[in-house]
Amino acid sequence: MNAKVVGASVARVGGEARVTGAQEYTADLKLFDMTHAKLVTLDIARARLISIDKTAAEALPGVLTVMTAEDLPQPVPRFGPHVDDRPVLAVGQVNYHGEPVAIVVAETPEVAEEAVRRVKVEYEELPAVVTVDAALAPGAILVQDPSLRRAGDPLADTNKFSEYHFGWGNVEAAASEADLIVENTYEYPMVTQFAIEPHACVAAPDGDGLVMWTTIQHPYQLQRILAKIFKLPLAKVRVYSPDPGGGFGGKQWPHVQPAVAFAALRTGRPVRLVLTLEESFQAVRRTSAKVRYRTGFRSDGTLLFEDVDSSFLVGAYADIADRVVTKGNWLAAGPYRVPTVRIIARGVLSNTPAATAMRGFGIPETAWAREMNLDEGALALGIDRVEIRLRNLARYGEEFVPGETPADGRWEQTVRRAAELIDWGEPLPAGRGRGLAVGCKSGPTTGISYATVRLLADGSAILLCGVSDMGQGARTVFAQIVSDELGVPMERIEVVSGDTAVVPFTQQTSASRSTVLFGNATLGACRDIQAQLRTVAATLYGVDESQIAAEGGVVRLPDREVSFAEVAKAALSSLGGEFIGNGMDRKDATPGHPIKGSAYFFELNCTAIEVAVDPGTGELTILRHVSVSDTGKSLNPMQVRGQDDGGAIMGLGHAMMEHYIFDEHGRVRNLGAIDYRIPTSKDLPLELITEQIENGDGPGPYGAKGVSEGTILCVAPALGAAVRDAIGVAIRDLPLTPERVWRAMRDGK
Amino acid sequence: MSDRFPLDLTVNGQRYQVEVPVYHTLLDFLRDDLGLTGTKECCVVGECGACTVIVDGRTVNSCLMLAVEADGCEVITVEGLAVDGKPNALQRAFLEHGSAQCGFCIPGQLMSAQALLMENPHPKAEDVHEALAGNLCRCAGYEQITEAVLAAAEEVAP
Repeated sequence: MNAKVVGASVARVGGEARVTGAQEYTADLKLFDMTHAKLVTLDIARARLISIDKTAAEALPGVLTVMTAEDLPQPVPRFGPHVDDRPVLAVGQVNYHGEPVAIVVAETPEVAEEAVRRVKVEYEELPAVVTVDAALAPGAILVQDPSLRRAGDPLADTNKFSEYHFGWGNVEAAASEADLIVENTYEYPMVTQFAIEPHACVAAPDGDGLVMWTTIQHPYQLQRILAKIFKLPLAKVRVYSPDPGGGFGGKQWPHVQPAVAFAALRTGRPVRLVLTLEESFQAVRRTSAKVRYRTGFRSDGTLLFEDVDSSFLVGAYADIADRVVTKGNWLAAGPYRVPTVRIIARGVLSNTPAATAMRGFGIPETAWAREMNLDEGALALGIDRVEIRLRNLARYGEEFVPGETPADGRWEQTVRRAAELIDWGEPLPAGRGRGLAVGCKSGPTTGISYATVRLLADGSAILLCGVSDMGQGARTVFAQIVSDELGVPMERIEVVSGDTAVVPFTQQTSASRSTVLFGNATLGACRDIQAQLRTVAATLYGVDESQIAAEGGVVRLPDREVSFAEVAKAALSSLGGEFIGNGMDRKDATPGHPIKGSAYFFELNCTAIEVAVDPGTGELTILRHVSVSDTGKSLNPMQVRGQDDGGAIMGLGHAMMEHYIFDEHGRVRNLGAIDYRIPTSKDLPLELITEQIENGDGPGPYGAKGVSEGTILCVAPALGAAVRDAIGVAIRDLPLTPERVWRAMRDGK
Repeated sequence: MSDRFPLDLTVNGQRYQVEVPVYHTLLDFLRDDLGLTGTKECCVVGECGACTVIVDGRTVNSCLMLAVEADGCEVITVEGLAVDGKPNALQRAFLEHGSAQCGFCIPGQLMSAQALLMENPHPKAEDVHEALAGNLCRCAGYEQITEAVLAAAEEVAP
């Protein structure tokens, strides 16, 4: 009998390939007759293109083509997740630093690089807006021509891409009852995903269709977008998605892929483009934000209202950022019982690289402001900062946001455990401080996954899995489910993924959804096979089906038990064959819901930090970092810890060191690894504790909820509160660099 | 672009006598000429450590070293760690401790860790943090990587 593996820290599927160098990432692929592409970009944010002279480049031996917008179908195709606003190559103008104006294809990467240098682009610099304030200032230049905007969009002649009004109750009435109102404005910096694997793509003609290998989290969305651009049936667009070397949201949606596909069709050969790390920074980033919170309290700490005005800085093209605005702001009042809420949230277009999805999806931006403001209230009222949160925290089953999914966890357990692990309330020496914050994010609001499991004649199994395994360990968890449900040992299960022509549709790999959505689909596929084996066993063993149970890899007959493998072998002995099980899980849109879909589950996290501040330099030492997440059930604790540790440390990077720096021309001045720092092994907390609360109350297999984003949600406010506790001054901008902390200490504000 | 230079070196125990373009880095040579794609390319400025290999017993960012500079050297890449075709103690420890998530930085982490253990068979956690400080991991699996290196040291040099 196979030992149960769900809930155990079994070794990662694909782990051995990762430690031997055998794992093939997109940039490792070599195709016969493959050519090499490089992008032509300008060192300017916004400029009118006067002329592009390709002659010298095309004359270089080994150059196959230099394509600009003029070489594309006219009008030049535009694309995007929701709005088709991003051109395949710049049309007449560049709108952010790094926007591709041409793609060069050559026999070798060296020739392609040399050819890029020989493309002469004449341009006229135009003024650019790269901040919320500049983009919203009266008379600001328009980032997008109104003709690109949705038909009838009343905001088309502004840089507001969108503006949402959410809320319930009457803020002015609530304000008149408040004993204390705290109002502050907070800024969240522009940061980037910085997957260590730069974005890469190989495209090739494929008969009357197109094939592409690329670093993509959503191969089926890329397939849809390519099919639309190239007017091909979905069936003629095949996307392979080798395991991405880190995604963090940045590899969800295409940017350069359509240009590479056009180059492949033009040359008739496979074309490979690997972005430099600098180009990856210009391709994807997180929304930055400027958020004002006005919070009303009763004297006992009860929250009366939240009044939020939030501007998220979107890039020159919308990408998925508008969804970041809605999801990040809809839950701006947090996991608390707040009787009155008003949220005005807008996406603001700017001449910056397109903001896209990133771990936390808008929640870190609002949680930073809300939790810091909540601390200000607690301090002013003389109420303990943990106590004020517990007093207002939604309890299990409570509909804390009207019309939204009720609280799906015993969240007070999470907060109490974090407080306990940080020794909340114990005295601290001077120069040290503690902070605690709570973050809450809705998982997927819509989604669909299909799973197919094939139980083969020898009792081994294949799972077809449309989820991208980018480090979260998706394949491992799903193989664990198959193992337990069908009684197949882990080493006899193969998980096939990353091929849209073979593997059934999964909408997305995002929002920490896969364990729940694809996990349920896998469970369904296994149950389908269980039912088939029950029927087959009835015939094989001459027993009425009603007297047979089939589960956990065992067929239970009235007088004995037979393993699934034995039943399969017996049933398939003459002709061979297999049992094919199909499963599906879906989360539909919610009619009338302000953001179109309610949460399938919540990711709830409480982070607590103890910090020491160097009085001379402002340098921070994280003495202890505690992060407790409600996971429902951790199907693979070792992998959950990997995700939770990783999110916590990424959050510290955002809070302490990461940010884009722009110059007066709108150019990013710190592209790449030298000038944009992320945490290394020497930047770790002296002690990092990640724990999970497991009450089996999630909608996924065995009571699981999603993981992966929880621990990043509220690192910044936990750290900001700890610093405030240590130095007595609240800092409302990130990152908390030594200089910023030192200045705050010096100025006392 | 046709300047080529003779190169005589050993990679993972195998001797190569070849000609390489003078402008090719050791990273280019390993990945493109030898097909050893386990060594990864990311920042190309010696900051991320994804391309770390061991040259004559010391770690090197292979993106910063010209192939011709490795003339006469002994190079070890991630593909050369296995013993008799099986993962070595360090690689096994990485597996057992869940150290490899997306995996892209792992070859570099392994090479830095291997070089550390060659020099210091009994490292402390601080030594591991110091030795691997040049290897960025955005999955930030640093804790599980450190645990694996310490466990491998225990196993190999008790």
